[in-house]
Amino acid sequence: MDFLNALVALSNFVLVPGIAYGSQLALGALGVTLIYGILRFSNFAHGDTMAFGAMVAVLVTWWMQGIGIGLGPLPTALLALPFAILGCMALLLVTDRLVYRFYREQKAKPVILVIVSMGVMFIMNGLVRFIIGPDDQRFSDGERFIISARDFKEMTGLDEGLTIKTTQGITVIVAVIAVALLFWFLNKTRTGKSMRAYSDNEDLALLSGINPERVVMYTWLIVAALATTAGVLYGLDKSFKPFVYFQLLLPIFASAIVGGLGSPLGAIAGGFIIAFSEVTITYAWKKVLEYIGAEPSGLVQLLSTDYKFAVSFVILLIVLLFRPTGLFRGKSV
Amino acid sequence: MSGGSDNPWQDGRGNKDHSIANPRGTGTMTPAHRKSGATKKVEGGPFLIGDTMTGGYGKGPDILHDCTIAVEAGQIAVIVGPNGAGKSTAMKAVFGMLDVRSGSVRLDGEDITALSPQDRVVKGMGFVPQTSNIFTSMTVEENLEMGAFIRRDDISGTMEQVYDLFPILKEKRYQPAGELSGGQRQQVAVGRALMTKPKVLMLDEPTAGVSPIVMDELFDRIIEVSRTGLPILMVEQNARQALEIADKGYVLVQGRNAYTGTGKELLADHEVRKSFLGG
Amino acid sequence: MSVPVKNTLLFALVGGLILLTGFMQSWNSALLIMNMGLVSAVMAIGVNLQWGFAGLFNVGVMGFVALGGLAVVLVSTDVRPEAWADGGWGIVLALLLGAATVIAAVYVSRRVPKGMARTVAMLAVLIGGFFVYRAVLDPNVSAVEALNPAAAGNIGGLGLPVLLAWPAGALLAAGAAWLIGKTALGLRSDYLAIATLGIAEIIIAVLKNEDWLARGVKNVIGLPRPVPYEIDLQGDPAFVERAAGVGLDPVTASTLYVKVGYSILFLIVLLVLLWMAQMALKSPWGRMMRAIRDNEVAAEAMGKDVTRRHLQVFVLGSAVCGIAGAMMTTLDGQLTPGSYQPLRFTFLVWVMVIVGGSGNNFGAVLGAMLIWFLWVQVEPIGLWLMQVITSGMAEDNALRLHLIDSAAHMRLLTMGVILLLVLRFSPRGLIPEK
Repeated sequence: MDFLNALVALSNFVLVPGIAYGSQLALGALGVTLIYGILRFSNFAHGDTMAFGAMVAVLVTWWMQGIGIGLGPLPTALLALPFAILGCMALLLVTDRLVYRFYREQKAKPVILVIVSMGVMFIMNGLVRFIIGPDDQRFSDGERFIISARDFKEMTGLDEGLTIKTTQGITVIVAVIAVALLFWFLNKTRTGKSMRAYSDNEDLALLSGINPERVVMYTWLIVAALATTAGVLYGLDKSFKPFVYFQLLLPIFASAIVGGLGSPLGAIAGGFIIAFSEVTITYAWKKVLEYIGAEPSGLVQLLSTDYKFAVSFVILLIVLLFRPTGLFRGKSV
Repeated sequence: MSGGSDNPWQDGRGNKDHSIANPRGTGTMTPAHRKSGATKKVEGGPFLIGDTMTGGYGKGPDILHDCTIAVEAGQIAVIVGPNGAGKSTAMKAVFGMLDVRSGSVRLDGEDITALSPQDRVVKGMGFVPQTSNIFTSMTVEENLEMGAFIRRDDISGTMEQVYDLFPILKEKRYQPAGELSGGQRQQVAVGRALMTKPKVLMLDEPTAGVSPIVMDELFDRIIEVSRTGLPILMVEQNARQALEIADKGYVLVQGRNAYTGTGKELLADHEVRKSFLGG
Repeated sequence: MSVPVKNTLLFALVGGLILLTGFMQSWNSALLIMNMGLVSAVMAIGVNLQWGFAGLFNVGVMGFVALGGLAVVLVSTDVRPEAWADGGWGIVLALLLGAATVIAAVYVSRRVPKGMARTVAMLAVLIGGFFVYRAVLDPNVSAVEALNPAAAGNIGGLGLPVLLAWPAGALLAAGAAWLIGKTALGLRSDYLAIATLGIAEIIIAVLKNEDWLARGVKNVIGLPRPVPYEIDLQGDPAFVERAAGVGLDPVTASTLYVKVGYSILFLIVLLVLLWMAQMALKSPWGRMMRAIRDNEVAAEAMGKDVTRRHLQVFVLGSAVCGIAGAMMTTLDGQLTPGSYQPLRFTFLVWVMVIVGGSGNNFGAVLGAMLIWFLWVQVEPIGLWLMQVITSGMAEDNALRLHLIDSAAHMRLLTMGVILLLVLRFSPRGLIPEK
């Protein structure tokens, strides 16, 4: 019984939040890794792209809530998601047309594009704050829990409760669908394969008649979809605050690099590794340990939650020291 | 001025930070024309000819001087010569990677001097570069599919032909091409170029860096391809072997035609033997 | 127009903008812009050393600036013997133990042959070391933090003159940079950008959470000053008389006097650093740095140790950022870890360097002054703009209120637009590298 209680406590505080956060990071890291693989630079504006997509979702959700459209127990934001993705796609395509395309024509060095992306980051950051303000916004509605702690205790008779929030469930389901679609697209469709070819060998792709501008356009469209989905899921699960998305840049970069930049599979693995390390190392293990018979004197929290950045970073360093190309050898897309 | 480049956006200040910039797979091609100009019909002449070409890379000095390279329908033509003679350059000029300042390139009765390399592929040129000529992270079959990217018709027939020609590729069709041996990679590269159903095949040192046994096998395959009626233009380091299978040979020295003749003639030519074939 | 004339005009333009602020708003605002502009110029020189001279991509400027700020607290605040007696030495011991653990782990990884044994041994050393470290650290930290928590609760400082904190800030930042550089530049391919991005966040997290060090988010206020206090000046009859002599009331005169004092100090530091950076640029060392930047392969073939040179310039640049951080904290008179934002302290400095001209020290200074001026003034200009745009709307129009409300966020937008415009139309910056 105590063992079961320990397991439930572990699931409640570590596994469930870890899986949800890992899915969000993985979606974010996929976007970073795609841009790295195809446009060949690390996009500092990615966090703010997520914020922009999520902001559109928030606005559309408010509008839908205002005129009484809803999904019953599910959050209205799911209905708003497609609109938000379209909005984000429009933003990225306009940005590419006005900003990035010029540098592609100039055959600019990737590091110059990184600096360009800093400028885009400032603009998107300002834009989001300008439109919706820098404050916390709530936009989740519907049923709050799939299982609440009390129901779980009544059902099982255990002392420990297990809470699964609706947003956590949705996060995982949506992330699985998104990833499955992405992999199907990249591995089975002609356009997807041409994107991988372009990432692998630009010259040969050109000689094969692949149009780089089309490849780039599809990349931005996919990145917009991934970033918006990640942003909306994160916002539903925690809350929407522009600055927080900017701060997600570090764990997202860390996930992409740990997995091997340019490798979609790696981005997903990296997302979960970073998420679980963060959650396990900043979790107070006292309760779980007590159930399995230990008598810890303190909270047995390895690091305070404020050091979660430190965790992503140390994991990153360790991986790079032993496998400089990341876990999945940074295969191109 | 740093970076040695006039274009300020190409000055990366020597940054090699892999966490922000991806060096892999970046394009290095410097086509003479990014956008294609007009073509015009011409009468007669060989199937493919680079006629009295003079030119160089970008704004650089002339590397080729009145150089002529041609291949007739159904034949094999090889370009040989000492290191730095401009062999690969001559082939790149035919393919549109070099600014041809005087002279012209004609394919199948059409002047294509002003076309971009991509459009030359569409016109029927199959080009196999010397290095980075396969998609290493993709499977053999995906490589072939990408070769046929410009085609909208059914490609399965062509793919079967390629597999018949290179049976080892069929065996390894689901393996990433980067995991194959040097000789097998070259087969993938040639296979990829064949997938466009080209009217002429251009090979830039197909046997560079492979062992003598593999080289012999590759030459056999090239002859086999040629028997299907496809004209082949090839640059080769191994002059003797290449001339043995060649219908036409071009010996270049410092970007100029030094000797031209059939493979047999060149092999028999005393001067050519002394200077380029080691006696 | 010849190059020197153009550059002089550019500097005159920025000077003119600041003077204009003095005439149109107040001299107080003008001096505020001037002082932070000078501090920013020092930061920009640091980043320019790294990016301009060596092509190193440091996106952790914020961390080094914050370390400079920490140095001010550690050097200039009063000594607290009781804190040291209760737990200060214990904390030092714990930190030494922590460092010993890391060194032991590195030693194991170098000596034990690769395989399962090494992984197990390293994990054992790290985990064992971590628990020992926490066991020593935690009680001592609690002891220090329990001492007078409302006003102090930290280990205090050395009680030395605050100006000494500036070189100390440089040392602290240099030490951190050496550690980061050693790790990130030593990897087979260089990963400096992500490493600096991460370390900056960690430094801020440490400053926010380790209350024993510099009081965390409770902030350290009332730091000692290198210039007199306004209130003392106002109480000094001689000063009041002199102020009246130039037609100023004592309050205004004293604030201006103090700010001018800072300006002079900062200007001295800036000029010294600028001179040093120029000398470095022209020295054999600087020429070699640029040779490495422009052609690493050739430089390596000539027997240059590229990693070592990169480490040197990274440490130097970070040290300069550390000085700037110490100067800024001195100017503020307080250390507030919560106020360090990457957009403001890392990316804005990058905008300054790129706009000014990568690789040109004067460009970095000009860019810093100009961008800082805009950073401050875009807000009022934006507000005015919004009021003009919306003047036709009703007083309580929702859009109008929103626009006026949001005008404050114009500055981020503007910075992005400026960076992109410069990159596109003047990619070498206002004063290009020669």
